[in-house]
Amino acid sequence: MPEHRPPGGSRIFAGLDIGSSAVKVVLLDGDGSFAGHAVRVLGSDLRHAAAAALDDAAGEAGLKRPSFDGLVATGFGRSAWTEASAAKTEISCHAKGSYHDVRRPHTLIDIGGQDCKIIRIDGQGRRMGFRMNRKCAAGTGAFLEEAALRLRVGLETFDDLARSSTRDVEIGSYCTVFAAAEILHLIRRGVEMPDIVKGLFGSIVQRTMEMDLLEGDVVLTGGVAAHHPFLIRMFETRLGRPVIVPPRAQFTGALGAAIFALEAWSGRHA
Amino acid sequence: MDVGRIVTFKPFASSARMRELMAGYFRDLNRAALEGRPKIAWCSSVGPAELLLSLGYAVFYPENHAAMLGATREARKTIPVANAAGYSPDICSYLTSDIGAYLRRETPLSKVYPEIVTVPRPDVLVYNNVQCRDVQEWFSWYGREFAVPVLGVATPRNIAAITPELLAGIAGQIRALVPPLEKIAGRRFDIDRLRAVMSLSRDGSEMWKRVLEANRVRPAPLSFFDAAVHMGPAVVLRGTEEVLAYYRVLLREVEGRVARGEGAVEGERFRLYWEGMPIWGKLRDLAEFFIGLRTNIVASTYCNSWIFESGDLADPFLDLARSSAGLFIAWDEDAKERYLRDMAETYGVHGFIFHDAKTCPHNSNNRYGLPGRLEKATGIPTLTIHGDVNDLRCYSEDQTRTAIEAFIERLEEG
Ligand code: SF4
Repeated sequence: MPEHRPPGGSRIFAGLDIGSSAVKVVLLDGDGSFAGHAVRVLGSDLRHAAAAALDDAAGEAGLKRPSFDGLVATGFGRSAWTEASAAKTEISCHAKGSYHDVRRPHTLIDIGGQDCKIIRIDGQGRRMGFRMNRKCAAGTGAFLEEAALRLRVGLETFDDLARSSTRDVEIGSYCTVFAAAEILHLIRRGVEMPDIVKGLFGSIVQRTMEMDLLEGDVVLTGGVAAHHPFLIRMFETRLGRPVIVPPRAQFTGALGAAIFALEAWSGRHA
Repeated sequence: MDVGRIVTFKPFASSARMRELMAGYFRDLNRAALEGRPKIAWCSSVGPAELLLSLGYAVFYPENHAAMLGATREARKTIPVANAAGYSPDICSYLTSDIGAYLRRETPLSKVYPEIVTVPRPDVLVYNNVQCRDVQEWFSWYGREFAVPVLGVATPRNIAAITPELLAGIAGQIRALVPPLEKIAGRRFDIDRLRAVMSLSRDGSEMWKRVLEANRVRPAPLSFFDAAVHMGPAVVLRGTEEVLAYYRVLLREVEGRVARGEGAVEGERFRLYWEGMPIWGKLRDLAEFFIGLRTNIVASTYCNSWIFESGDLADPFLDLARSSAGLFIAWDEDAKERYLRDMAETYGVHGFIFHDAKTCPHNSNNRYGLPGRLEKATGIPTLTIHGDVNDLRCYSEDQTRTAIEAFIERLEEG
């Protein structure tokens, strides 16, 4: 039992998602209500970033110390957090978190820093199948980061740039390096920056649509969706129907992990 | 999930006998190469090995050699050499690792048998292209290098049914190999000798089948990873008494495990099927990973490919043709699906893993929608992992492990 409790003294459960470019934390109380969250850039010291994110989230929840009644780790660095009570893959945690948010069958697309996954979820929240992108970063956050570096503009300006585009250009390559060559070609042709950025967004949408048939309701999560509302609009246009973006789209995996932590505790204390 | 446990293979005592057998085989081949007799034939795995053996050839199997390059991870050094010599990283990594090793004047055999400094020089190379084009290109490279004949059998692929016409066509091609092979061997062909070798070969194959079929029980005594290793004698020593004797010994050990209720994987929870080539450089890592997940890969197309269909030996050429056309890799998608459904039932599998081997398209059976059809027909979940036979540049450890773990989590959910 943790010593320092927020007002009301409820229990706190943590979900820790150590992704390839950021660490995300979600805290839930014993009723499953949201208690806090935090995100930290991963950097080179994975444990340091995770500890800092846990500290931040504990602060938001009014805890004096990051001490929890259960913590489930997920993401590519899940096994590095040895203090976790359990580790679960990001596939399971995303499915859990996403179903918690939408509560009906859907297809989840999570576009993370280094990978893109598509998970089909049934009416009971069970995973019916999943696909992950192949080895190239095309269609992921890393692809946008790489392009921002090449274009010498901040990634945070991408959404506004794309929104102001007036013409469509296509960036068709499968491969990040080839796509970079395409960008150079567009620059040489005098294509405007906003059009290139919109082309990059279009390429992410296209790579994702090639991975799966995307049947039924579509939910989009991950940092790329959370930070680029215009990309979501483009997705909707391509799909021909609205997509659902949960309120904390970057934290879906961490939320799922926190729910697993809470469920494990409830199972033990039923 | 408890995946961090330190786990190891449960070795089979018979392995020691297997190592002796393999050592004897490679030393005999080396001696033949040094003494110039018997003549040496290189043969593809589905090639007409029995015909070559009946003509007295010592037979070397480049695919087995390539698998060793993969398993020892020597392939990491040798593939780039073949790439630099103009053989694309996108083509068969058995081919590129093997040719690269030759160009570096290396063989993994030297590490185990110091007296062997090179692969045995062939007098002839004989392939069957039922599996792919690459095997033909591979053998042709050596044919040019050694200035020796390259003979081949062209077998149709994607076949829906084995018809008499199809068999006659293949049998005719195998028969046509006899005169040139007689000439190179300096020996007359004897059809009864061929029948005798084939009969032994079929008995060995039958015994291997019994070993694999012991895995029908729960817990399964053998894993895919054990089977991939113990397959060695079935590959390189086919048609010999020793193979038959060896699989008798192994079968006894496997049956002992069955009698004691001892599984290859402690606390076996899930039983999976492996479709596609092994990832040789990760064989052991993956074996241990699955043990940690308390999951056993109980059956595979790969290990079953060394069980050869056989009928009567009245016309042995026809029977060799039957073996070739009877292989999974030769069939069309529907026939493959039927086979996998049967295997799932026979072995009681909870899931299928399809290995999409980047450089081996013909043995990556996920590429034309088969996993989806299979899942729909059987309700058994499938997972496709992306890797390669020998080229670990095409393999992502993290991504593969996450995909497998997530698949097991899905099975846990029921
Ligand atoms: S089947 Fe695959 S591994 Fe075997 S020779 Fe052909 S391409 Fe290479």
